[in-house]
Formats: sequence, structure tokens, C-alpha cells
Amino acid sequence: MTETPLLEMRNINKSFGPVHVLHDIDFSVYEGQVTALVGDNGAGKSTLVKCLAGIHQIDTGEILFDGHHVTIHGPRDAAALGIEIVYQDLALADNLDIVQNMFLGREAARAWGLSLNEGFMEKEARRALASLSVRTIKSARQKVASLSGGQRQSVAIAKAVLWNSRVVVLDEPTAALGVAQTAQVLALVRRLADSGVGVVIISHNMNDVLQVADRVDALYLGRLAAEVRTADSSVSQIVELITTGRSGSIGLAPATADVSM
Amino acid sequence: MTDPEGTRPTVTSTPPAASSAGMTATPSLAETDFSGDVGPKSIKESFTNYVQRVRGGDVGMLPAIGGLIVLLIIFANVSDKFLTKTNLANLITQAAPIILLGMALVWVLLLGEIDLSAGTASGVCAAAMGIAITNGGDLKAHLGSTTYYLTALLMLVTLIGAAVYRIWPAAVLIAVGLVIWFTHLSDNSLIAILLAMCLGTSIGVLTGFLVAKVGIPSFVVTLALFLGWQGVLLQFVGQGASINVGGRKFIFDLESATSAITPVWGWILWAVFAGGYLAFTLWRAAHNRANGLVADPISVVLVKGGALAVVTGVAVWLLNQNRSLNPLIVQEGIPRIVPILLVLFVILTLILAKTQFGRHLYATGGNAEAARRAGIYVDRIRISAFIFCSSLAGLAGVLSAARTASVDGTSGGGNTLLFAVAAAVIGGTSLFGGKGHIRDAVIGGLVIAIIPNGLSLKPSLGPQYNLIITCVVLLGAAAADALSRRRARATGVG
Repeated sequence: MTETPLLEMRNINKSFGPVHVLHDIDFSVYEGQVTALVGDNGAGKSTLVKCLAGIHQIDTGEILFDGHHVTIHGPRDAAALGIEIVYQDLALADNLDIVQNMFLGREAARAWGLSLNEGFMEKEARRALASLSVRTIKSARQKVASLSGGQRQSVAIAKAVLWNSRVVVLDEPTAALGVAQTAQVLALVRRLADSGVGVVIISHNMNDVLQVADRVDALYLGRLAAEVRTADSSVSQIVELITTGRSGSIGLAPATADVSM
Repeated sequence: MTDPEGTRPTVTSTPPAASSAGMTATPSLAETDFSGDVGPKSIKESFTNYVQRVRGGDVGMLPAIGGLIVLLIIFANVSDKFLTKTNLANLITQAAPIILLGMALVWVLLLGEIDLSAGTASGVCAAAMGIAITNGGDLKAHLGSTTYYLTALLMLVTLIGAAVYRIWPAAVLIAVGLVIWFTHLSDNSLIAILLAMCLGTSIGVLTGFLVAKVGIPSFVVTLALFLGWQGVLLQFVGQGASINVGGRKFIFDLESATSAITPVWGWILWAVFAGGYLAFTLWRAAHNRANGLVADPISVVLVKGGALAVVTGVAVWLLNQNRSLNPLIVQEGIPRIVPILLVLFVILTLILAKTQFGRHLYATGGNAEAARRAGIYVDRIRISAFIFCSSLAGLAGVLSAARTASVDGTSGGGNTLLFAVAAAVIGGTSLFGGKGHIRDAVIGGLVIAIIPNGLSLKPSLGPQYNLIITCVVLLGAAAADALSRRRARATGVG
């Protein structure tokens, strides 16, 4: 691979007390590409993402952003770097409208700082939604309570776009969606990557992964089993990597895989 | 993250423009996607939207206004004294303390919390005010050293607490309260009222700390404090005693149907507030439309503002008539409490609707976890809501005291708090948090006050009817809220 990753995590180790959760994980995110993070329950996907988000601190290892060493001590550090996490439960307030949700905690104030600049926020929110071609939403002033699951996901992703995020991590974005809405959201994820953002998608749905991702990183019991390009891969190969940690000549050495058991 | 020019690896194949991502990187996707998003275009479309919202479960103030009209019709038939100028003035002064306490409770109800102690806390604040003005500002003389210094200690501790959590307005208010406490400045009625509010602020910091930081459910905290403040009130006033505050003309005039502003001032007030509202909403609609933002049609704004101006105009006109039964005395004008409540109403509404703090309060009430992840300091919002509640409760206590011209051991006890909660809920504030406005307390407070007012004009109907009718109205409002929620879940319209 000739490109330099936008974000690179090297030799990441993380333990919770006696439980060694992440073993020497190398994980990279590239500009304009979708990287899928797959693995069985307890494989360490969420832990890895939480280390990236600053919710957990890594024990050893290094994180490079744009080729520079960075340390992430908390969610604010991650946000400052332009890393945005879209959690599975989306974290939207139902009683507020779309604009209010997208600017929540970062509202644009007027000069004297007392009142809010609603016009500016509404325009920017619309622009972010339009840039992702979110066409199904009728009005940016709709209450989030009135949105469908797919629309909510779109709003949550657009929120990440609004803040010029460079890495967007999506945690199971299609888990609760129907067929049509899943297609919408996957198209949105693709457009997000095409706009130059490094996208990480966590998913259990192999069809989604193959459809939208450029590369797949399979975790197996806290180790990186393999990184494969979607173009050279298949559902059965990825499933094998997830369930046994190896597939044919790639994956963990049999000894390592067994020790991990 | 700064990346000085040149340090970025040169192998990057993507053009730099694309890396800044997002909204600028995809010009092909037109902003015109939302060009139709300017809100309803006609009064008819607005009305259709509104009907849809109501059918979808967002009933808003509809039950309260409907209930108010039904009660008006019933009582107008029960007694011919009901729809008189005198009774209108009486009704306003009867509703005022309930409305103000309701306005206080909206702040905690918005977070899905409750403050059961607001009633007795308001009694304590009113007692401090009463003691101050009846003892020439020398609180120590009446309270005795122990109570005097313990109260000061409470204020000092909460002052430090407010400073630790960087809630500066509260810290300043409590500091002012401490200064008043230790000087004889509170001989002045206005400063004594300020003292009541500062004491309320201090109480709010304590309640907020126990709820947000210690983590006791607000129901339990405020249930305990409900008893506690009742005890403090008895200690302040003395068992079986009462403090007469009616002697102070300033205090008495606050809540008297007979002390009013002149008719000319009444019209000026009307022009400023009703006209101001109409002008502001018109300007906003025109400005938003011109800038391509979502806006109501001008016709709808005119109808809303016009209706408000007409209704309030009729009220002003009625109150400006001579309502004296004694031909030798002229008794006219809007009761003095109205402009006071109006100013509070406007300030509090603006804080909730237009400031970042208000936005964060709604967000915390709607989804505290989302608010936390958005970087909002949720605990501070919680404490602040209790501070608003108790500070305003302190003022409500002053109003109650002014109305009855006295403070005694039962002030703020009994049904006071429950009526105020009922007022907010009837007006449309949800007990589940995230939904509510200051105006809810106004409409709901009028509904709550109109029941005993109407019944008192028919002596054959005893107080039992008051409680039973209030119960039915409250249940009706709560049921409307619950049913609308169920409907909202079913239809997905919020």
C-alpha cells in the first residue's frame, strides 16, 4: 500500500485489570476509504473504538494522526483531532429539532454571547445534510422524534460532517434499520468517504461490509486476525476470520489462535 | 490538530481540498435540496400542519385553553358575579402566587425532576422577608443567635458550593444575600424581597447538590427537604405565631386587587408587550423568509399576535373601568402584580428559548446521555435548574405572604406546591422532562385559580367541590399528555 494512513494505531495493548483485551493491534484509517471493523462479540471492537474516542486510555502502543504522534486523553482530545464517533444509540435528543441536535453543545452564539444565531445554524445544518444528499428529510426544523431510524442515522452522520471531522467511526449504523433504509445509510456512508473523510464502520452484517467497505479488519479475541481488501475477499473468508481467526494462508498462526482460546 | 505546511507526507494522493471534507467537498450535491424548506406557505397549510400535529399527539396548550373556556362558561352560568370587573381583578391576584410557583417548577420539571420542597422553601424565604421588615432589618433580634448564625452558615456553604461548580450568578446572589443578612439593609421592603430570593438561591444550590452530585433521586431529596423547611419555618416564625407583613404598604400593594397602575400605564404596558410581541414575531417571520429560513407565514403571525392583542386588550379595557362598589371611590387599573409577572415571564421565557443555557436544559431533559456526550456539563445544568426553581419559589413565597398579609407556620405548606405542579402540568409541561414552557404555568395557574374563585361565588358549594373539580381537571390534563405520548410513539410524530 502506497498511501499513508490518516490515522494509524500501532501495537495497541489494553487491559482491564487481569483481562488482556487488546493484543498488539495495528489499525489504520485512510482518507476517502471505508474501513470495516469486524469481529465476534467480545473480540475488542468496541474497546478499540473507545480507545480512539478517548473514553479508554491505551496501555501501550502509539497513535499517529497525519503522521504525527498524538495522545488522546479524553473525548475532547479526539474531537479536537477531528475524530467523531457515531454511537449505536445515536445520542440525539428527541425533543429538539434537527438543527438543535446537530449543534448541541457547540451552538453558534451572537456577538454578545447571550442569544443564539439560529439562522446561521439552520443554514449550516442544511448544507451538511445537502452535502450528503440526505433528501428524505422534509425540514431541518423537524423534531428528531418525528424521524425514522434511517433519517436519525443520517442526522447523526451529518452532525459528524458538520464539524469537518476527518475520521468518522460508525458503530453498527444499520443494525436497527429495514432494507430500504439500510441501503440509504450505506449510500450515505459511501458519499461520506468519497468526500475525503476516513470512515470506520463496525458491523455484524457481512453484506453491508462487502458492499460499502474498501478494506476489512477482522478482530479475533483481542488480536487482529487479518486485514483484507474487500475486492479480494468474500463473505465466507471474512466469516472464517471472525470465527476462527484464520482463513487459508492468512490470519493468526494456529498456535496463537489456540492460545487465545 | 495543527499540521504545519510541508510536514505532511508527500505520498498522499488525495488533493488537500478533499481532506478538509464534508460540506465544502461535494459541490455537486445542491443546497437547493432544502430550498422548499421554508415552512408552511399559507395560513391554510399552517392550520393543516397544526391539525396534523394535534392528531399525531402534540396537543400543546390545547387542553389547558379548552379547559379554561369550559370552566369560564360553567362558572358564568353558576354565578352572575363571576364575569364582573371586580372578580377579574380578584382572579388575577389569586392566580399570581400559583403562577409564579408554577413558573419556578417548570425548570425542574423540564429535567424530569420534581421539587416537592418548593412550597415550604417559599415559606421560609417569605418568613425571612417578613422578619426583616418587622424588625427593622435586624434578623438576629427575632431569630436568636443560634438560628441566625446557622442560616448564615448554610448560605456560606452553598455560596462556596456555587463557586466550586462555577455557577457564578448564584454565587453572586448568595453573597448579596449574606451581606443583607448581616446588615440592617433589609429594613427596606425591596431589599427584604431580594433577601427572600437570595435565600431561595441558597436553598436551590443545596437541593441541586444533593440531587446531581450525591445522586439521591429528587423525589426523595425534596420530600425530606419539604419536611425540613417546614421545621425551619416554624423555628423562624415561632410556634403558633404569625408575622404580619400587611403593615408595609409596598408589600401589601404587591398582591392587592385594589392597588393598581393607572389606566394610561395599563395601555402603555399593553402596547409594549402585546405590540412588542407582534412586532418581534412579524420581524422574525419576514427576516427568516428573506433569508430562506423556516418561518411561519405572515398571515399566521398576524392572526396569533392579533388574537393575543385582542384578548389582552379586552382584559386591559375591563380592568381600566371603575370597579369600585363605593360611588365615592374610584377603583380602576391593572393590579400591580401583572406588570411584575409579565417582566418575569418575558425574562424567563427568553432564557429558556433563546440562550445556550436554555437549549442545554431542554437537551438534558430530553436525553441526558446525548447532552453529556455533546460536552454539556449535565450536573451543572441540573443544579442550575434547582437554583432557578428555589429562587423563584422565594419570590412566590413573598407574593403569597403579601396576599394573606402574613407569614405563619403553615405558609407554603399544604396544597401550595401541589397546586403549582398541577398548574404547570395542566398548561402542558411534561413530568417526563424535555417538554414545557414558562407560559404553561400562566395558563395552568389561571385554570387552578379559577376553580375556587368560581365556587366561592356560590356559597352553597363547599370547599369539597374545589378539590374534586381540581382533581378532575388535573387528571384530564395528565391523561391528555399521556395519551398524546402514546399516540406520538405510535405515529412517530412528536
